[in-house]
Amino acid sequence: MIPSAFDYAAPATVAEALGVLADAGDDVKLLAGGQSLIPVMKLRLADPAMVVDLGRIGELSGVRDDGDALLIGAMTTHHQIATDPLIAEHLPLLAKAAATVADPQVRHRGTFGGALVHADPAGDMPAPVLATDATFILAGPNGERRVAAADFFQGYFTTAVDDGEILTHIRVPKYTGWGAHYEKFTRVAQQWSIVAVAAMVRVEGGTIAEARIGLTNMASTPLRATAVEQALVGAPLTREAIATASAHAAEGTDPASDLNGDAAYRRHLAEVLTKRAVIAAAGL
Amino acid sequence: MTITEVGRSRLRKEDAHLITGRSRYTDNITLPGMLHLAMVRSPFAHAKITSIDASAAKSSPGVVAVLTGADVAAEQGSLPNAWPITPDQKAPAHPAIAVDAVAFAGEVVACIIARSAAAARDAVELVDVSYEELPVVLDLEEALKDEVLAHPDLGTNKSATWIFDSGEAGTGKPISEALNGAEVLIERTFYQQRLIPAFMEPRSTLVDPTGEQITVWSATQIPHILRLMLALTLGIPESKVRVIAPDVGGGFGGKLQVTPEEAITVLAARHTGKPCKYTETRSESLMAAHHGRAQVQKVKLAATKDGIVTGLDVHLLADMGAYLGLVTSGVPILGAFMYNSIYKFPAYRFECTNLFTNKAWTDAYRGAGRPEATFAIERLMDELAVELGMDPLELREKNWIKHEEFPFTTVAGLEYDSGNYEAATAKALELFGYDELRAEQVRRREANDPVQLGIGISTFTEMCGLAPSRVLGALSYAAGGWEHAQVRVLPTGNIEVVTGSSAHGQGHETAWSQLVADRLGVPFENVEVLHGDTQTSQRGLDTYGSRSLTVGGMAVLAAADKVIEKAKVVAAHMMEASEEDIEFTDGKFSVKGTDQSTALGEIAFAVFSAHNLPDGFEPNLDSNATFDPQNFSFPHGTHLAAMEVDTETGQVTIRKYVCVDDVGVVVNPLIVEGQVHGGLAQGIAQALYEEAVHDDAGTLVTGSFVDYLVPSAPDLPHFTTARTETPSTTNQLGAKGVGEAGTIASTPAIVNGVLDAVRHLGVKDIKMPCTPSRVWAALEEAKTTGGVQ
Repeated sequence: MIPSAFDYAAPATVAEALGVLADAGDDVKLLAGGQSLIPVMKLRLADPAMVVDLGRIGELSGVRDDGDALLIGAMTTHHQIATDPLIAEHLPLLAKAAATVADPQVRHRGTFGGALVHADPAGDMPAPVLATDATFILAGPNGERRVAAADFFQGYFTTAVDDGEILTHIRVPKYTGWGAHYEKFTRVAQQWSIVAVAAMVRVEGGTIAEARIGLTNMASTPLRATAVEQALVGAPLTREAIATASAHAAEGTDPASDLNGDAAYRRHLAEVLTKRAVIAAAGL
Repeated sequence: MTITEVGRSRLRKEDAHLITGRSRYTDNITLPGMLHLAMVRSPFAHAKITSIDASAAKSSPGVVAVLTGADVAAEQGSLPNAWPITPDQKAPAHPAIAVDAVAFAGEVVACIIARSAAAARDAVELVDVSYEELPVVLDLEEALKDEVLAHPDLGTNKSATWIFDSGEAGTGKPISEALNGAEVLIERTFYQQRLIPAFMEPRSTLVDPTGEQITVWSATQIPHILRLMLALTLGIPESKVRVIAPDVGGGFGGKLQVTPEEAITVLAARHTGKPCKYTETRSESLMAAHHGRAQVQKVKLAATKDGIVTGLDVHLLADMGAYLGLVTSGVPILGAFMYNSIYKFPAYRFECTNLFTNKAWTDAYRGAGRPEATFAIERLMDELAVELGMDPLELREKNWIKHEEFPFTTVAGLEYDSGNYEAATAKALELFGYDELRAEQVRRREANDPVQLGIGISTFTEMCGLAPSRVLGALSYAAGGWEHAQVRVLPTGNIEVVTGSSAHGQGHETAWSQLVADRLGVPFENVEVLHGDTQTSQRGLDTYGSRSLTVGGMAVLAAADKVIEKAKVVAAHMMEASEEDIEFTDGKFSVKGTDQSTALGEIAFAVFSAHNLPDGFEPNLDSNATFDPQNFSFPHGTHLAAMEVDTETGQVTIRKYVCVDDVGVVVNPLIVEGQVHGGLAQGIAQALYEEAVHDDAGTLVTGSFVDYLVPSAPDLPHFTTARTETPSTTNQLGAKGVGEAGTIASTPAIVNGVLDAVRHLGVKDIKMPCTPSRVWAALEEAKTTGGVQ
């Protein structure tokens, strides 16, 4: 469990970090919480020539009110997301999903932005963020760039962040008053999601007015269950109606097969978990 | 004698240093000039080694040397198998570093010796090994065909076939009588998946070749056996080897081994003349430390229509993996005597074929043969109950040995000295709320509840206290089963207990202190327990098979008794009385009928000064004892599990788990409770979570804890544990052993419970581990075919 030798830099500002990146060449990795990067380096599945530690850049951490949205620093930890009062009020889905990440130690080190840029298909933060239609704010050599969530996740462990860029903040629209739930399915408590479903619903007078559903680990990227979202709009607030709408959950998905289950099982799980997530989000 | 310590839940005296970072694991030890090792391992499960170019590695910064199999071929010998179960057992040579070929993925092909662990690790990738891949045999049914051979030179995959037949042994009728005339015949095949011991501390070895002796520190359960075997394997005089097992972080049988890495570290130290240390990574541990279980069980149970079992026929295929480790071949044989469990069968036959495959070799893993046997019979009893429409507990009671029938000689030829299955079961039922849960089960079925409830039952017994040496001899095991102890009385009256049992988490230091404090009447705090160093503890056979208290503990008591006898002579002399008039109570020797007395401490100092001792008295109270048990001990118990199965997802949840174990007289209830909890977790892990999976090429897919799922506290329920206490008559304390009990009983209890929840939906069996996807697939299959086998 000894990584290959690497150079290390710990800049104090984003500007300084961009300078380091510009000089470092291609073979460089950004270190956020390190909960994925350090293990893969110790297993020598990654052996970057240089590691740039973002941990000393104070401006990248924290949650603040930004009008109709919350502006979340990329280095905000999962624990902060799970316990922050602004997030609890306006984006309970993120708090609930963050609370399911790994274990307390990991949640105190692992970061929101790090998990999003790592883009593990089984990671718990991408699908909820996708469901919120968040905007990703990237700093780069040519200034700031904004990427919509729908365009951010591009494939297995691949995002829109280019070489030389740093994800600095995520601007997430407020969903104040929406019901939210993150339904995660695992075999043991500390495990990546086999499948998970992020659901937010706005209930109006006994019917579902709006719904947003994100799927974890149902393809190489997080997905929106748009067919379910559409089927839920205007649906009565009953378990039966939700179950009927949830039967669309596996449409357009392309899940992997592995030791935890084959693709058919994952498609089935997506339907069951979507039903459960929406029922819980709707408070039924 | 006033009993104050035995039965007391003392906190473990060894825990303070372990939980405050003052531990001394092998990897914590650093010696001046120490070199570090890293292993180059085969990525292929079966291949010829055509060439090895280590030149780049040798010139890598910090590298001192690279050892290949060819470099050490003349001196590395063949790693030992101490249990040739038949005279014609076949076994391949087992070099520590592969020379010409590799037979499993992870086998060592070269060893880097460097000035730092990082330099050694960096150089691993610079060794260029050329392989010629060979076909692999991975599956037991395939191995049996002998079409693809794990070791082509052996000419077969069959290592040995071992048979027990009650008709031939004279312990019962021939099995043919039972099978031919059976009113009911239950025939099943069960799969014991391959498991990985997953001890907390990875294996580590440090060898210091400087000085007159070679000193070996190793994370091992068996310092004494390791010393003997390293000497025999590497041709070093035994007297020149000292083995120390410092703090050892768990073993579960996984450190009951003489490992290639231990031999290689000795060779590396010998080649360089410097201390060498090797500590494996977790990935290496999962891949190349020995695995466990891995059996196919083809079983037939014959019975009458009213539920009396008339015979059991067992055909076993046992996966040895690529080599025979220390007791690999004997593990299935340990199970052979346990298939009849707590029941009275008139006929029993057991046949096991040991087979080689291109996987890591298997060997002892918590329970070693006995969990597999218990699983098969307890699953069969449930299947028979279903077939007959009987309550599974009622069926068991019809067949088990009644408490008034002990001692009872079983159809497998063992004499069970004691037991009370009725008492343990009655207590378990009371704690469980059996009738209420059965009623809820009916309600959920009738309501077609998505979450179904099942009740899993397992009774069990096991043979513990390994082992009477004569029995081991009769089974062709190379060594005996005795244990040794020494009790030393220091001039201050403090006591040192030297034990041949080698603790690696069991709590011997505490339990042995309790035993001796009671026996010698000295304060618990005044007793120090020394173990795990062959220079301090010269004789011993180490720790495995729930043997420590029932064998090692008896040696401790016998040595303490000898101290008392010696001290009595001095006491009589000091008090000018005759020896016959001396009584020993609560640490004091007194003269009968007087108020004259003297304490053990005073006698200790008198012996130390030796100024005024009886004529001819050797001035020494220290005493040795070696205890060889005359019989095994037979703990037993009844375990009940209420299992919930979410039929929508296949997720299985343990709602309630009750176990009542009878482990005889208990020295420290807290330690026993801990053993039961840990054992349950490990048995539940086999039922629901753990499985070593290989791909078609023989590469371990579950090569990290991301994929090899070891449950942790949040995955387990609150356990309701209780005990009945039927003292063993095979040792003077009445203890039976508890190290493996939970592991043995819990696996079938859980699987029986899962099946009980979904059998009415058409599911007939689910392979372990019962993962959500497997449970769901079985339910789906049942919808279309009416059942899946």
